[in-house]
Amino acid sequence: MCLALPGEIVERREGVLPMALVRFGSVRREVCLAYVPDAAIGEWVIVHVGFAIQRLDEAEARRTLALLASADDSIAAESTEAADTSRGPEPR
Amino acid sequence: MKHVDEWREPKLLRALADRIAREATRPWTLLEVCGGQTHAFVRFGLLDLLPPTITMIHGPGCPVCVTPLEVLEHARRIALRPEVILCTYGDMLRVPGVHGDLLSARSEGADVRIVSSPLEALDVARRSPERAVVFLAVGFETTAPATAALIELADREALTNLHVLSAHVRVPPALDALFASNSVDVDVDVNVDVDVDVEAHANANVDVDANVDVDASTNASTSTSDTTPTDPNTPCIDGLLAAGHVCTIEGTDVYAPLAERFGIPIVVTGFEPVDLLRGVLACVRRLERGEAGVENAYARIVRPEGNPLARAAVERVFSVADVPWRGFGVLPGGGLAIRERFAAHDATRRFALRGSVGADEPIREPTSCRAADVLRGRLRPLDCPELGRRCTPETPLGAPMVSSEGACAAYFSRRSAHA
Amino acid sequence: MTDDSHDSHGALDAPTLDCPVPFGAYERITLAHGSGGRLAARLVRDLFVASFDTPELHAAHDAATFAFDGRLAVTTDAFTVSPLFFPGGDLGSLAVHGTVNDLACAGAEPLAMTVAFVLEEGLELSVLSKLVRSLTDAARTAGIRVVAGDTKVVERGRGDGVYVACTGLGRVRRPLATDALGPHAIEPGLAILVSGPLGDHGTAVLLARDPRGVEVDLVSDAASVWPLARALLDANVALRCLRDPTRGGLVAVTHELAGTAHTFVLDEASIPVRHEVADVCELLGLDPLHVASEGRLVAFVEARDANRALALWHAMGATDAAIIGTVHARDVAPVVLRTRLGSTRVLDLPAGEPMPRIC
Ligand code: SF4
Repeated sequence: MCLALPGEIVERREGVLPMALVRFGSVRREVCLAYVPDAAIGEWVIVHVGFAIQRLDEAEARRTLALLASADDSIAAESTEAADTSRGPEPR
Repeated sequence: MKHVDEWREPKLLRALADRIAREATRPWTLLEVCGGQTHAFVRFGLLDLLPPTITMIHGPGCPVCVTPLEVLEHARRIALRPEVILCTYGDMLRVPGVHGDLLSARSEGADVRIVSSPLEALDVARRSPERAVVFLAVGFETTAPATAALIELADREALTNLHVLSAHVRVPPALDALFASNSVDVDVDVNVDVDVDVEAHANANVDVDANVDVDASTNASTSTSDTTPTDPNTPCIDGLLAAGHVCTIEGTDVYAPLAERFGIPIVVTGFEPVDLLRGVLACVRRLERGEAGVENAYARIVRPEGNPLARAAVERVFSVADVPWRGFGVLPGGGLAIRERFAAHDATRRFALRGSVGADEPIREPTSCRAADVLRGRLRPLDCPELGRRCTPETPLGAPMVSSEGACAAYFSRRSAHA
Repeated sequence: MTDDSHDSHGALDAPTLDCPVPFGAYERITLAHGSGGRLAARLVRDLFVASFDTPELHAAHDAATFAFDGRLAVTTDAFTVSPLFFPGGDLGSLAVHGTVNDLACAGAEPLAMTVAFVLEEGLELSVLSKLVRSLTDAARTAGIRVVAGDTKVVERGRGDGVYVACTGLGRVRRPLATDALGPHAIEPGLAILVSGPLGDHGTAVLLARDPRGVEVDLVSDAASVWPLARALLDANVALRCLRDPTRGGLVAVTHELAGTAHTFVLDEASIPVRHEVADVCELLGLDPLHVASEGRLVAFVEARDANRALALWHAMGATDAAIIGTVHARDVAPVVLRTRLGSTRVLDLPAGEPMPRIC
C-alpha cells in the first residue's frame, strides 16, 4: 500500500491542525502537516492519504543519485548515515 | 515531477540491473512486502530487467487484499443501513466479500463514498450531522496515523456521528509468520473462527504482546499439513525488501530483531524504480557477502527512528490486537483496534458487531487457500489446485488473488492470456 | 423565470436565442412540464424549438423528413455526467460531441441528430436552458442539425437531474462497402495513431465531481473529432479504423479492437499525456490510459501512410498527435505496453470506472 508522493510546501495554512498547500508538479493540493508540524515553505515532504508523513531530505537525494550515477559501489555504506533528523530545512 | 522523474531514469535503471546481474553469482529469492512495490515492479516493467538469478516473490498485496472477509461483511452490512454514509478508499470498493463488494452494496441503495484522505470523511460527518458517517479504515502503519488524526479530531470536535471501522494491519507480525517457516515449519492458521475473532475485537484494549512468538498461531486448525505436501526443496525466501513508507513511520530499528532471528538481510526500499532496483542490489550484496541485518536504501525519506509524532498518535488511539489476515488466519498482534477511550467512535461498538454476522452464517476463510505457501515462496501459484478453478479474480479465495498485482492474480492473468 | 437567472447567463446568450422566456410561474421542472398540456407545449416551443431553430423542428410534424443521397450512418447514445457542468463542457455539449464523434468514427459527415431529454422533477429551468443553449452551440459548431426531439419528466428522486439520449445521422464519406472503416479492417502491420493527449476529459470531470482539495489547470478535451477524421479521409489516407477513446480510455478501446486476433503493441514513451493529467493520476493512483477522452481519435493506418496522417493532423494544430504503436498477430495478450525501459507488460482491461486509490 502506501501510494505516497513527494511535494513542495508552497503555503502554510493554520487550522485545527496545521495544513499546507503542497505542489506536486503541475498540481497543488491541501495536505495535513500534523506529523511534520515544523516543515516550512520550500521544504519537500512525502504525502500519503492527505498527510505529510516525513520530510524529504534533498541533500540525501542528491547524494544518492550522484553515487548511483558515478557507479560508486558504496551504496550500502552511504545509506546508514542519513539518521540525523535534527537536520533543518535544506538550503534551496 | 521533481523528486520523482529522476528516480525513473531508464539509463540509471539499466546500469543498476547490470550491476545486479554481475554481482549475483547464484540464484536468490527476494520478497517485496508491499503491494505498492509489486505495482511499481509491474508498472515500470522492472521484472524483465532483472537477471534470471533473481526471483521476486510478491507479498500479500496490500492491506486491502488482506482485509478479512469478516470486516468486509461488517462494512457491507453497516453500509446498507439507511442512516449510514460509508466512506472508504477507492481500493476497497471492488474487494469481493461474502455477499459481494461495496460497489454492489451501493447498487442496493447503500451510500458509499470514495475518499482519498480520512479528512474528507471528517468533512462528510460535519456536513451531515443527521447521518452516521462510518470510515472503513484500512492500511499498514503508513496509513494508521491519518486514521488516528481523524479519530482524535472527531473526539475533539465531539462529532458523535463519526465512527471508524478499523481494519488496520501491522507488517512485522506477518513477516514473523512468513519467515518462521524459513527455518521452522509452522503452519499459519487458515481456518478462522469468527466467534473467537469477535472476542478478540471486543477485548481489543487488552494489551497484546506484539512480539508474540510464532507458536501463538496454534489456535489454528492444525490439520493443514494434509493439504500441503510441501516440497522441502522449494526455494524459500533469502532476503526481504521492507516497505519504505511503513518504515517512514516505524523507523528501521523494528526490523533488526527480525533480521537477526531469521538470519536474513532486510533492505528498507522505496517505491520508485531506481529505489526498487537499488533495494534489490543492496539485498544481493548482503546475500553474496553472507550478511544479514537491516539496511536503509531509502534514506532520503526514512529515518532510523521513523516519525515519532505519528507513532505517538497511533499509540494514543489504537492498541495492538490479534486480527485475521485474509489467506493467513489470525496473526498475533497483526492489527490495530480502537482504544476504549475512543469507543464512541468505534464502529464495531456503535453497531454492536458482536457475533451478529457469525451467528446466522459463520464466516470462514476458505481452508483450501494456499496463500501462506505462495507468500513463503514454497508454492508457485500455478501449482495451487484452486487457481483458475474456484479461485479467480472475481471469486478470490485468498489475498494474493484479490488485487491485480497479487501473486496469484498475476499468474492467473498471464495464464488466461495464453488460453 | 426571474431576472436574476436571466442575468446569470446573459453573457452566454447567442443572438438567435431569445431565452430565457417566461415558462409560466415556475422556475423548476414540474410533472406538468411532461404532461402534454400547455406547460409542456410551451417548454418545447419556447426552449427547445426556439433554441435549436431548425426547419424540421419548426415544421412540428411527428417525424422529420429530409432528402438524402448516399450511404447513411446511424448511431445512438445516452448521456449522463456528474456534475452537469465541468471545465470545458457540460452535458449538452457532451451529447453533441459524443454523437458526432461516433459518426466520425464511421467516416461519416454529421448531418442530423435527435435529442430526447429525461428531466427530473425539480430541475431548475435555468440549468436546463443553459444545457440546451450549450447543446445548440455545440451542434452549430459541429455542423449537425437537431431535427427531432422529445421530453419526459420523471418524479423527483427517479432521475439524476437530466439525461439526454441522442441519435445521430451522417453521410458516409467512402460509400463503397468494400472500403468501409471498421474493426474488420484491422490487420497486422498497421500503425496506431492518437490525435492528442489522453485523459483530459475524465480527469477534469473526476475533479469537478470531487475536487479533494486538488488544484490543477485542466479542461475537458470534449470536441467534435469530425475535422480530424475528414482530414484523413479527404487526403485518401490508407485508413482502416477509427475510434474515440471514451469510457475506459485507450486501454478499453484497444482491448475491444484487438479482440482475439491481434496484439497491439503500444509504446509508452510516445503516448501523449499532459503533465497535468499525469500528475493528477499519480496523486490519486489512477492510470491515464484508463481515463476517458471526448475529443480524441485513435486511428489505424497502413504503415506507409502513418507519417502522412500524422503530418495532416499536426498541420491542423493537433500538435500532440503521435504514432503510438503497431498491430501484430496475436501474441500473449490483446494489448501490450513497451515501457520506457524497453521491457513489456500486459495492459489489463480496467475493472470499471477508475477510482482514486491509496495502494
Ligand atoms: S490461487 Fe487462490 S486459493 Fe490458491 S493460493 Fe492463490 S489465492 Fe489462495
